Amino acid sequence: MAITSSPTDPAKVSPADVLTVTVNGRPITVPRTQPDWEGRMVPTTMIQACEAAGVTVPHYCYHPRLPVAGNCRMCLVEYGVPALGPDRQPLRNPDGSLIINKSPRPAIACATPVSAGMAIYTDTPNVRAMREGVLEFLLINHPLDCPICDQAGECKLQEYSLEYGQAASRFVETKVHKPKAVDLGPRIMLDDERCILCTRCIRFTRDVVKDDALGIVNRGSYNTIAAYPGRQFDNNYTLNTVDICPVGALTSKDFRFKMRVWFLKETKSVCTSCARGCNTLIGSRENVIYRLTPRDNPEVNQSWMCDFGRLNYKWIGREDRLREVRARGSGNTGWTGALGEIARRLRAAPQGCVALIASARLTNEELYLLGLLARHLGAMTDSIPRTGDFDHILVQADKNPNSAGARLLGLAAEPMGSRLPAIADGIRAGAIRTLLVFGEDVTSRGVNADLLARLETLVVSDVLPNPTTAAAHFLLPGCAAAEKRGSFTNFQGRVQRFPKAVEPPGDARPEAEFLADLVTAVTGQKWPTSIEGLFNHMASSVPAFAGLTWAALGDLGRSVAT
Amino acid sequence: MIVKRPELSWTERLYLPAIWNGIKVTLRHFLRRKVTMQYPEQRWVVPEGYRGAPYLVRDTEGHTKCVSCQLCEFVCPPKAIRIVPPGPDGPPADRPNAEKMPLEFEINMLRCIFCGFCQEVCPEEAIFLMKDYSLTGTRREEMIYNKEKLLALGGSHQGRIQKWTFKLEEAREQEVFPVKT
Ligand code: SF4
Ligand code: SF4
Ligand code: SF4
Ligand code: SF4
Ligand code: FES
Repeated sequence: MAITSSPTDPAKVSPADVLTVTVNGRPITVPRTQPDWEGRMVPTTMIQACEAAGVTVPHYCYHPRLPVAGNCRMCLVEYGVPALGPDRQPLRNPDGSLIINKSPRPAIACATPVSAGMAIYTDTPNVRAMREGVLEFLLINHPLDCPICDQAGECKLQEYSLEYGQAASRFVETKVHKPKAVDLGPRIMLDDERCILCTRCIRFTRDVVKDDALGIVNRGSYNTIAAYPGRQFDNNYTLNTVDICPVGALTSKDFRFKMRVWFLKETKSVCTSCARGCNTLIGSRENVIYRLTPRDNPEVNQSWMCDFGRLNYKWIGREDRLREVRARGSGNTGWTGALGEIARRLRAAPQGCVALIASARLTNEELYLLGLLARHLGAMTDSIPRTGDFDHILVQADKNPNSAGARLLGLAAEPMGSRLPAIADGIRAGAIRTLLVFGEDVTSRGVNADLLARLETLVVSDVLPNPTTAAAHFLLPGCAAAEKRGSFTNFQGRVQRFPKAVEPPGDARPEAEFLADLVTAVTGQKWPTSIEGLFNHMASSVPAFAGLTWAALGDLGRSVAT
Repeated sequence: MIVKRPELSWTERLYLPAIWNGIKVTLRHFLRRKVTMQYPEQRWVVPEGYRGAPYLVRDTEGHTKCVSCQLCEFVCPPKAIRIVPPGPDGPPADRPNAEKMPLEFEINMLRCIFCGFCQEVCPEEAIFLMKDYSLTGTRREEMIYNKEKLLALGGSHQGRIQKWTFKLEEAREQEVFPVKT
């Protein structure tokens, strides 16, 4: 995992707040203090200074979002401090450079603060010898498990072994064998032999999740990671320990033996399981999603994501996904026929006779197009609220990924869902004759099947079958977020875009694509069909999104006022 | 460029000496020792180190040696190998301690170029290029060999190194932690 040194605005930093050190002879200015894992300002460490200088120091136990433990010793570096004269002023060489007193002992870069004028050396023969030594010790009891180890391919032990390891082991004693395939909790499998005792997992669950579930038992070579006796390692964040475990000791039961990581194509994406919108990577191979892992975003999810969101991807590959366009009672089949017929009926519908229920799980671009359609038809609109458990780490009570977008784009009522009874009444009274439902099952929300049967036209778009799709006159198969491009606005008002990871099944098409066609056909005005074009159009016409462009969203998103 | 047609002498125009020369060659070969092999009744004996079809092997106790590490699938230049890993719920490996083995293992012999990379990369000595060079089938699907067929064709390998068995025995002897089998 990359070390993130916190961004410091150069304009706001006064000279007293910075100091200059040299890394391998190259001077670099770093802030005197930097926020630690909790955001408290603490002195900048050597590893952060090296990172700022573009020099990576190999490390196992250090993680920028965890307290520093300093136990693996992989980050040892040599350093020196300026020699001081009797007047406590630094002594200088004739050429003006500082005279450095090299420390006789190395120091761990992850826990040693820098001081003014300090010289750090990471490329000396001594440093190399230390890394080789540390690695040799880490490997004495390590099993030769790489062929059956899920971490292989993204294992720090493998990576550093390549750089600093020895081809043959000098260890002639018998290796200590520890428990294998230990059931640590409902989602975690532990292999104690592979553990290098970096304690990242312990610190994560104790300090970040505040669930002090893991610890080290036994002594010396028999040190073993274990859950508290009689307890399971079971909280909603356990799978993050699999990501931060630098080796293959902690593995995900869900991903276990499913696919080797080097086959996975990683697509930057956004989790859709709650309003937080954790940044993710979708690991897929040949159109099958194998896993989700969190992606670093300091503003949204730091380096973590919850277990529920991480495992909530399996429905995307379900067999019963909607894959065919259906146009009941009309000879038209296929996309062109169905969209043409819908457009004809919508053009003929009198103002106010149409209602629209748009899911807050749709993207900003789709909601924008639906908003245009609704305004053109004078339609009553709403979204469906979806709430559940929340915690104070990441999980939000609002389970829709784009509630903020639905509000900003004027589709959701305030509070969300409060116009649903009015829509139901309208249908009952016969005032509403056409209903458009995008991505929701309305039968469980007061618009029951009897009411749906009264409608003249029911247009439904969804990804999985439900009672509403069964009643639809026109069924338009849509896409999961992983199958299309778009953007969501999270609960903080952060607009985050995501690209497409896998192909949709059958005839299913991204909603924005066919909606652009439909809106063009209904309004007679041409709307952009590309996501970039749509987003930029939306940004120029919806005040809340003013100033944003698709390109400017970048990988980490941009904030808007909510 | 104009190539002039050669003027033939009268002996050449007779053609008989040319025909006689031809018959001489035929007669010489007719009377020589025959080198034609009566394939397929007779078969060529391939030399050691010949790179024929890759097959999977079992260890001396009859267990599948492959642990589904998928390195061969990765290295195979024409992508002839396709492995279905067991996943979390798949059947456990034949051998205790090896933890996994492939659910399915296919080699498309029409794609295979007999390069030997799979054998070279395999950390488990589970796949070897054997001496079969004549692979025939009447349909394309027949030429995709599955795990069962590959193991049947590969037979057992007499390798001395039994890493997983050795590790299990070593762990049992230590008696520090209970050993699952
Ligand atoms: S933890 Fe790393 S080095 Fe150890 S067996 Fe797994 S992949 Fe190999
Ligand atoms: S299980 Fe992994 S994260 Fe935990 S101490 Fe061992 S190596 Fe470190
Ligand atoms: S011999 Fe070469 S081409 Fe054939 S399966 Fe092995 S790696 Fe692939
Ligand atoms: S044959 Fe060898 S390289 Fe291929 S998956 Fe099996 S163990 Fe790995
Ligand atoms: S990273 Fe510094 S001691 Fe582990």
